[in-house]
Amino acid sequence: MKKLLSKKNLAILLGVLLLYGVIQALISLGVLRTFHQVNLITICISVIMAVSLNLITGFTGQLTLGHAGFMAVGAYFSAVMTVKWGMYFPVSIFCGAVLAAVSGALIGLPTLRLKGDYLAIATLGFGEVIRVVLLNTKYVGGAAGLFGIPRLMNWTWVFFAAVITVVVIRNLLWSSYGRACISVREDEVAAELMGIDITHYKVLAFSVGAFFAGLGGGIYAHYFYGLQPGTFGFMKSIDYLVMVVLGGLGSVTGSILAAVVLTLINVVLQQFSAIRMILYALLLILIMIFRPQGLMGSKEASLELFRKLGRRSGHGSLGSK
Amino acid sequence: MALLEVNNVSKVFGGLSAVTNVKMKIEKGELVGLIGPNGAGKTTIFNLLTGVYPTTEGAILFDGENLAGRKPSAINRLGLARTFQNIRLFGNLTVLDNVRIAYHSHVKYGLASAILRAGGFYQEESSMAQKAEDLLKIFNLDHKKQEIAKSLPYGEQRRLEIVRALASKPKFLLLDEPAAGMNPQETTELMELIQEIRDKFDLTILLIEHDMSLVMGCCQRIYVLEYGRIIAQGVPEEIKSNPKVIEAYLGEEVSYA
Repeated sequence: MKKLLSKKNLAILLGVLLLYGVIQALISLGVLRTFHQVNLITICISVIMAVSLNLITGFTGQLTLGHAGFMAVGAYFSAVMTVKWGMYFPVSIFCGAVLAAVSGALIGLPTLRLKGDYLAIATLGFGEVIRVVLLNTKYVGGAAGLFGIPRLMNWTWVFFAAVITVVVIRNLLWSSYGRACISVREDEVAAELMGIDITHYKVLAFSVGAFFAGLGGGIYAHYFYGLQPGTFGFMKSIDYLVMVVLGGLGSVTGSILAAVVLTLINVVLQQFSAIRMILYALLLILIMIFRPQGLMGSKEASLELFRKLGRRSGHGSLGSK
Repeated sequence: MALLEVNNVSKVFGGLSAVTNVKMKIEKGELVGLIGPNGAGKTTIFNLLTGVYPTTEGAILFDGENLAGRKPSAINRLGLARTFQNIRLFGNLTVLDNVRIAYHSHVKYGLASAILRAGGFYQEESSMAQKAEDLLKIFNLDHKKQEIAKSLPYGEQRRLEIVRALASKPKFLLLDEPAAGMNPQETTELMELIQEIRDKFDLTILLIEHDMSLVMGCCQRIYVLEYGRIIAQGVPEEIKSNPKVIEAYLGEEVSYA
């Protein structure tokens, strides 16, 4: 029987702590400067956003184009709580995430009768509604944006928020509840007839995904000093969707990998600012031609996979770890 | 009281009556066949029983409960499970996951203990996997538990569908053409298997089948459907010699003057 404190889990825990420690040490020693730190934070936020979007789109099979809308809800609400109501910032960020989850459930209930393209359009509309509402709300600065948010986030907070996001979503997925979500993606009719209330699981995926998108938004607000409605437009949702598709729909580690790789590619391409978007698009096209299933497909990176790579790799199963 | 009672059920799609005034009564422990020519409405009856479609008229009582207005998932949890005529497995998942998904409505840990990996999570997961394996063993599929469902041969996919339906712990099992696409030997094995699981799991079974040898060989009672109406019912011997049934299948006898 597998246990929580298995060798494998301890190895992963050790690896995570090591990664944190090394980067924290490099920051303390001044090797990683502000420029690098901003990129590291951006990577962590991307990881949070991509993994939570993968829960909705990759695992539960609900194509959504409004993920940045949930991020905006979390970002603005937490910023308002911190700046205007003087709340302690972890409380604000948590409340922002909860409000995003509630909006996820609210948008979920009426629109989840829609499938595929129709759901995508409805969620796209939701994202735009959020943006336009923020744009016209004087209280949060309107088009000028909401500024003067103190930078209360640092590497430690953001890194562990990303780790918690990944662990929670992974544990959710590698359980009976996660298998129920995946069965909705595979065949809604069969799932429903096997006793799985598909509406319930779609709303669950939407609200958990939205919660973590709200968390990502709250972190963004408390690191980048200011918010503007335009930041959370349609293109932002697409950015994260690209990460999910590129990493592999239905692969948590794929989303993490893609979030890291794409953010780094963007950083490198900043040197060629004139042709940056052309190169970026070209890269995406090339990856999609050579790996249409995404970097990881629906597989997960694990010690076992690396062992298998020498031989022919087999299919992974959703075991319980 | 009968386990399943279908009282004057009709289903109309637009202007087409697919099922008209169907009456059925199935007692606990029976193995009943539902036959009829193509397009007679057999699968529609299954869809009405499992809540995929609402009935236009009439009521369906299962174990004393009226099924009207219940979601298919709620009906499944009452103890009614089915297989599909055109296989609907979770194709990209492993054989084991297909079965474990059907166990989901009986899972003992909550969402919070899944996320925290606490509250008996590991224990329940391994007991679920064990139960799934035991079921797969009955159908001789346990050695394929890590294979992807859609990569199985056709006959094994059909058997996996039955295993998946059983995993949801039904009282009543609906089999929609379980022997379709099987060779005669596989069909015979399946017949024995169906009777075996009925006794083992204390099931009541209703099956749709075109293979007459299977229906006549293992069903205790048969309903014959034509153009959405029940035209005959009874034990296999009666059905075989019923002129209405012969007419429905072979056409009217022509008398040559």
